[in-house]
Amino acid sequence: MQSGKRYNKPDVRAGKEGTTYEICNRCLIIRLNDELDHHNAINIREKADKLIERNYIKHVIFDFSGTDFMDSAGIGVIMGRYKKIVFIGGKIAVANVGSAIDRIIRLSGLYKIIEKYDTVESALQNLK
Amino acid sequence: MDNTNRMTLEFESRSQNESFARTVVAAFAATLDPTIEELADIKTAVSEAVTNCIIHGYPDKIGTIIIRGFISGNELTVEVEDYGVGIEDVNKAMEPLYTTRPDLERSGMGFSFMEAFMDELEVESFVGEGTLVRMRKRIGKQAIKGYTQQTG
Repeated sequence: MQSGKRYNKPDVRAGKEGTTYEICNRCLIIRLNDELDHHNAINIREKADKLIERNYIKHVIFDFSGTDFMDSAGIGVIMGRYKKIVFIGGKIAVANVGSAIDRIIRLSGLYKIIEKYDTVESALQNLK
Repeated sequence: MDNTNRMTLEFESRSQNESFARTVVAAFAATLDPTIEELADIKTAVSEAVTNCIIHGYPDKIGTIIIRGFISGNELTVEVEDYGVGIEDVNKAMEPLYTTRPDLERSGMGFSFMEAFMDELEVESFVGEGTLVRMRKRIGKQAIKGYTQQTG
Protein backbone atom coordinates (compact mmCIF):
# COMPACT_ATOMS: atom_id res chain seq x y z
CA MET A 1 0.00 0.00 0.00
CA GLN A 2 2.12 2.87 -1.22
CA SER A 3 -0.46 5.62 -1.26
CA GLY A 4 -2.08 4.52 1.95
CA LYS A 5 -5.39 4.45 0.11
CA ARG A 6 -7.38 1.26 0.30
CA TYR A 7 -8.69 -0.18 -2.88
CA ASN A 8 -11.10 -3.06 -2.61
CA LYS A 9 -11.19 -5.21 -5.67
CA PRO A 10 -14.68 -6.41 -6.59
CA ASP A 11 -15.20 -9.91 -5.26
CA VAL A 12 -15.78 -12.16 -8.23
CA ARG A 13 -14.82 -15.49 -6.71
CA ALA A 14 -16.83 -18.48 -7.88
CA GLY A 15 -19.55 -19.49 -5.45
CA LYS A 16 -19.86 -16.01 -4.01
CA GLU A 17 -23.27 -15.19 -5.37
CA GLY A 18 -24.69 -18.73 -5.54
CA THR A 19 -26.32 -20.46 -8.46
CA THR A 20 -28.66 -18.31 -10.55
CA TYR A 21 -31.55 -19.24 -12.82
CA GLU A 22 -32.79 -17.54 -15.95
CA ILE A 23 -35.64 -18.40 -18.28
CA CYS A 24 -35.48 -17.60 -21.97
CA ASN A 25 -38.17 -18.98 -24.37
CA ARG A 26 -38.98 -22.20 -22.49
CA CYS A 27 -35.27 -22.72 -21.84
CA LEU A 28 -34.08 -22.79 -18.26
CA ILE A 29 -30.50 -21.59 -17.92
CA ILE A 30 -28.87 -22.74 -14.69
CA ARG A 31 -25.70 -20.76 -14.03
CA LEU A 32 -23.76 -22.84 -11.56
CA ASN A 33 -21.70 -20.71 -9.24
CA ASP A 34 -21.34 -23.43 -6.62
CA GLU A 35 -19.27 -26.58 -6.70
CA LEU A 36 -21.73 -29.21 -7.88
CA ASP A 37 -21.50 -31.74 -5.04
CA HIS A 38 -24.18 -33.54 -3.04
CA HIS A 39 -24.55 -30.62 -0.62
CA ASN A 40 -25.36 -28.04 -3.31
CA ALA A 41 -27.20 -30.56 -5.50
CA ILE A 42 -30.09 -30.73 -3.03
CA ASN A 43 -30.92 -27.02 -3.41
CA ILE A 44 -30.28 -26.85 -7.15
CA ARG A 45 -32.54 -29.84 -7.79
CA GLU A 46 -35.40 -28.36 -5.78
CA LYS A 47 -35.16 -24.90 -7.31
CA ALA A 48 -34.77 -26.19 -10.86
CA ASP A 49 -37.74 -28.56 -10.61
CA LYS A 50 -40.02 -25.80 -9.32
CA LEU A 51 -39.04 -23.57 -12.24
CA ILE A 52 -39.40 -26.40 -14.77
CA GLU A 53 -42.91 -27.24 -13.60
CA ARG A 54 -44.21 -23.69 -13.31
CA ASN A 55 -42.83 -22.27 -16.54
CA TYR A 56 -43.47 -25.08 -19.05
CA ILE A 57 -39.73 -25.48 -19.51
CA LYS A 58 -38.67 -27.63 -22.44
CA HIS A 59 -34.86 -27.38 -22.50
CA VAL A 60 -32.37 -26.99 -19.68
CA ILE A 61 -28.91 -25.45 -20.13
CA PHE A 62 -26.27 -25.90 -17.44
CA ASP A 63 -23.71 -23.09 -17.58
CA PHE A 64 -20.47 -24.18 -15.89
CA SER A 65 -18.57 -20.90 -16.35
CA GLY A 66 -18.72 -20.16 -12.61
CA THR A 67 -17.47 -23.49 -11.28
CA ASP A 68 -14.75 -26.04 -11.90
CA PHE A 69 -15.81 -28.86 -9.61
CA MET A 70 -18.46 -31.53 -10.00
CA ASP A 71 -18.74 -35.09 -8.70
CA SER A 72 -21.21 -37.93 -9.20
CA ALA A 73 -23.92 -35.87 -7.49
CA GLY A 74 -23.75 -33.55 -10.50
CA ILE A 75 -24.34 -36.52 -12.79
CA GLY A 76 -27.45 -37.23 -10.72
CA VAL A 77 -28.66 -33.65 -11.09
CA ILE A 78 -28.25 -33.68 -14.88
CA MET A 79 -29.84 -37.15 -15.23
CA GLY A 80 -32.75 -36.17 -13.02
CA ARG A 81 -33.57 -33.07 -15.09
CA TYR A 82 -33.19 -35.11 -18.28
CA LYS A 83 -35.84 -37.55 -17.07
CA LYS A 84 -38.16 -34.63 -16.35
CA ILE A 85 -38.03 -33.02 -19.78
CA VAL A 86 -37.25 -35.86 -22.18
CA PHE A 87 -40.86 -37.02 -22.54
CA ILE A 88 -41.94 -33.63 -23.93
CA GLY A 89 -39.07 -33.66 -26.41
CA GLY A 90 -36.81 -31.45 -24.34
CA LYS A 91 -33.04 -31.52 -24.35
CA ILE A 92 -30.25 -30.93 -21.87
CA ALA A 93 -27.24 -28.85 -22.86
CA VAL A 94 -24.05 -27.95 -21.03
CA ALA A 95 -21.95 -24.88 -21.79
CA ASN A 96 -18.57 -23.47 -20.73
CA VAL A 97 -17.43 -26.88 -19.48
CA GLY A 98 -13.93 -26.86 -17.96
CA SER A 99 -11.53 -29.76 -18.45
CA ALA A 100 -12.12 -31.41 -15.05
CA ILE A 101 -15.90 -31.37 -15.40
CA ASP A 102 -15.68 -32.43 -19.03
CA ARG A 103 -13.78 -35.53 -17.91
CA ILE A 104 -16.44 -36.43 -15.33
CA ILE A 105 -19.25 -36.06 -17.86
CA ARG A 106 -17.34 -38.06 -20.45
CA LEU A 107 -16.53 -40.88 -18.00
CA SER A 108 -20.17 -41.14 -16.96
CA GLY A 109 -21.31 -41.50 -20.56
CA LEU A 110 -23.70 -38.57 -20.24
CA TYR A 111 -22.64 -37.07 -23.56
CA LYS A 112 -24.76 -39.75 -25.23
CA ILE A 113 -27.88 -37.97 -24.04
CA ILE A 114 -26.85 -34.35 -23.58
CA GLU A 115 -25.31 -31.76 -25.89
CA LYS A 116 -22.21 -29.69 -25.27
CA TYR A 117 -21.82 -26.09 -26.50
CA ASP A 118 -19.04 -23.54 -26.09
CA THR A 119 -21.39 -20.80 -24.91
CA VAL A 120 -24.91 -20.42 -23.56
CA GLU A 121 -25.77 -18.30 -26.61
CA SER A 122 -24.91 -21.05 -29.07
CA ALA A 123 -26.87 -23.54 -26.96
CA LEU A 124 -29.90 -21.24 -27.06
CA GLN A 125 -29.64 -20.89 -30.82
CA ASN A 126 -29.52 -24.62 -31.35
CA LEU A 127 -32.27 -25.59 -28.92
CA LYS A 128 -35.58 -24.71 -30.45
CA MET B 1 14.43 -34.50 0.96
CA ASP B 2 12.19 -36.79 2.98
CA ASN B 3 8.63 -35.67 2.43
CA THR B 4 6.97 -38.37 4.54
CA ASN B 5 3.91 -36.87 6.18
CA ARG B 6 0.70 -37.84 7.98
CA MET B 7 -2.55 -36.16 8.96
CA THR B 8 -5.88 -37.00 10.57
CA LEU B 9 -9.11 -35.08 10.15
CA GLU B 10 -12.29 -35.76 12.09
CA PHE B 11 -15.63 -34.12 11.35
CA GLU B 12 -19.38 -34.65 11.55
CA SER B 13 -21.31 -36.21 8.68
CA ARG B 14 -22.92 -32.95 7.55
CA SER B 15 -23.12 -32.30 3.84
CA GLN B 16 -21.49 -28.87 4.10
CA ASN B 17 -18.32 -30.70 5.18
CA GLU B 18 -17.93 -32.37 1.77
CA SER B 19 -16.30 -29.28 0.34
CA PHE B 20 -14.22 -28.82 3.50
CA ALA B 21 -12.94 -32.41 3.41
CA ARG B 22 -11.84 -32.46 -0.24
CA THR B 23 -10.18 -29.05 0.12
CA VAL B 24 -8.18 -30.22 3.14
CA VAL B 25 -6.97 -33.36 1.37
CA ALA B 26 -6.05 -31.36 -1.73
CA ALA B 27 -4.05 -28.94 0.41
CA PHE B 28 -2.35 -31.87 2.16
CA ALA B 29 -1.43 -33.39 -1.21
CA ALA B 30 -0.01 -30.09 -2.46
CA THR B 31 3.49 -30.92 -1.14
CA LEU B 32 3.67 -33.67 -3.78
CA ASP B 33 3.50 -30.94 -6.43
CA PRO B 34 0.54 -32.47 -8.29
CA THR B 35 -0.77 -31.18 -11.60
CA ILE B 36 -4.13 -29.41 -11.72
CA GLU B 37 -5.57 -32.59 -13.20
CA GLU B 38 -4.20 -34.78 -10.41
CA LEU B 39 -5.59 -32.40 -7.79
CA ALA B 40 -9.01 -32.51 -9.46
CA ASP B 41 -8.84 -36.33 -9.40
CA ILE B 42 -8.05 -36.38 -5.67
CA LYS B 43 -10.80 -33.88 -4.85
CA THR B 44 -13.40 -35.86 -6.78
CA ALA B 45 -12.41 -39.19 -5.21
CA VAL B 46 -12.47 -37.76 -1.67
CA SER B 47 -15.79 -36.06 -2.35
CA GLU B 48 -17.30 -39.37 -3.47
CA ALA B 49 -16.03 -41.26 -0.42
CA VAL B 50 -17.19 -38.61 2.05
CA THR B 51 -20.60 -38.28 0.39
CA ASN B 52 -21.03 -42.05 0.67
CA CYS B 53 -20.38 -41.85 4.44
CA ILE B 54 -22.90 -39.04 4.83
CA ILE B 55 -25.69 -40.56 2.73
CA HIS B 56 -25.22 -44.30 3.15
CA GLY B 57 -23.04 -44.73 6.26
CA TYR B 58 -25.21 -42.51 8.44
CA PRO B 59 -28.59 -42.49 6.66
CA ASP B 60 -30.58 -40.98 9.52
CA LYS B 61 -28.17 -39.53 12.02
CA ILE B 62 -25.10 -37.35 12.26
CA GLY B 63 -22.00 -39.45 12.88
CA THR B 64 -18.24 -39.06 12.80
CA ILE B 65 -16.12 -39.31 9.68
CA ILE B 66 -12.36 -39.70 9.89
CA ILE B 67 -9.94 -38.99 7.08
CA ARG B 68 -6.32 -40.08 7.36
CA GLY B 69 -3.75 -38.91 4.88
CA PHE B 70 -0.27 -40.34 4.35
CA ILE B 71 2.48 -39.23 2.03
CA SER B 72 5.43 -41.44 1.30
CA GLY B 73 7.72 -40.84 -1.65
CA ASN B 74 5.50 -39.83 -4.55
CA GLU B 75 2.49 -41.72 -3.19
CA LEU B 76 -0.56 -40.29 -1.47
CA THR B 77 -2.76 -42.59 0.61
CA VAL B 78 -6.16 -41.40 1.80
CA GLU B 79 -8.38 -43.35 4.18
CA VAL B 80 -12.00 -42.32 4.68
CA GLU B 81 -13.70 -44.12 7.57
CA ASP B 82 -17.14 -44.07 9.15
CA TYR B 83 -18.71 -46.04 11.99
CA GLY B 84 -22.09 -46.28 10.29
CA VAL B 85 -24.27 -49.08 8.95
CA GLY B 86 -21.64 -50.79 6.78
CA ILE B 87 -22.08 -52.40 3.38
CA GLU B 88 -23.58 -55.88 3.07
CA ASP B 89 -22.15 -56.71 -0.34
CA VAL B 90 -19.12 -54.59 -1.22
CA ASN B 91 -18.74 -56.05 -4.72
CA LYS B 92 -22.34 -55.22 -5.52
CA ALA B 93 -21.93 -51.69 -4.14
CA MET B 94 -18.93 -51.14 -6.37
CA GLU B 95 -20.72 -52.07 -9.58
CA PRO B 96 -21.12 -49.07 -11.88
CA LEU B 97 -24.62 -47.57 -11.79
CA TYR B 98 -25.64 -49.65 -8.76
CA THR B 99 -27.31 -47.48 -6.14
CA THR B 100 -29.52 -48.11 -3.14
CA ARG B 101 -30.78 -44.53 -3.17
CA PRO B 102 -32.23 -43.66 -6.59
CA ASP B 103 -34.71 -41.47 -4.69
CA LEU B 104 -31.84 -39.12 -3.91
CA GLU B 105 -30.77 -39.11 -7.57
CA ARG B 106 -27.60 -40.96 -6.70
CA SER B 107 -26.07 -41.96 -10.00
CA GLY B 108 -24.26 -45.08 -8.76
CA MET B 109 -20.99 -43.71 -10.08
CA GLY B 110 -19.26 -42.97 -6.76
CA PHE B 111 -17.01 -46.03 -6.50
CA SER B 112 -16.43 -45.99 -10.27
CA PHE B 113 -15.07 -42.45 -10.03
CA MET B 114 -12.86 -43.37 -7.06
CA GLU B 115 -11.47 -46.28 -9.07
CA ALA B 116 -10.99 -44.18 -12.19
CA PHE B 117 -9.31 -41.24 -10.51
CA MET B 118 -7.05 -43.04 -8.04
CA ASP B 119 -4.52 -45.81 -8.69
CA GLU B 120 -5.71 -48.23 -6.00
CA LEU B 121 -8.97 -48.63 -4.12
CA GLU B 122 -9.70 -50.94 -1.19
CA VAL B 123 -12.97 -51.15 0.71
CA GLU B 124 -13.31 -52.84 4.09
CA SER B 125 -16.79 -52.95 5.55
CA PHE B 126 -18.62 -54.73 8.34
CA VAL B 127 -22.38 -54.46 8.72
CA GLY B 128 -23.23 -52.46 11.82
CA GLU B 129 -19.63 -51.44 12.39
CA GLY B 130 -18.72 -49.16 9.54
CA THR B 131 -16.74 -48.78 6.35
CA LEU B 132 -13.16 -47.91 5.51
CA VAL B 133 -12.20 -46.78 2.02
CA ARG B 134 -8.48 -46.69 1.29
CA MET B 135 -7.26 -44.98 -1.88
CA ARG B 136 -3.75 -44.56 -3.24
CA LYS B 137 -2.45 -42.31 -5.96
CA ARG B 138 1.04 -41.85 -7.28
CA ILE B 139 1.72 -38.26 -8.18
CA GLY B 140 3.86 -37.20 -11.11
CA LYS B 141 3.40 -40.22 -13.36
CA GLN B 142 3.14 -38.03 -16.42
CA ALA B 143 6.37 -37.49 -18.34
CA ILE B 144 5.92 -33.75 -18.57
CA LYS B 145 4.98 -31.97 -15.37
CA GLY B 146 2.33 -29.34 -15.71
CA TYR B 147 0.81 -31.03 -18.72
CA THR B 148 -2.87 -30.58 -18.03
CA GLN B 149 -4.32 -31.40 -21.42
CA GLN B 150 -7.10 -33.92 -20.95
CA THR B 151 -6.39 -37.37 -22.28
CA GLY B 152 -9.39 -39.14 -20.80
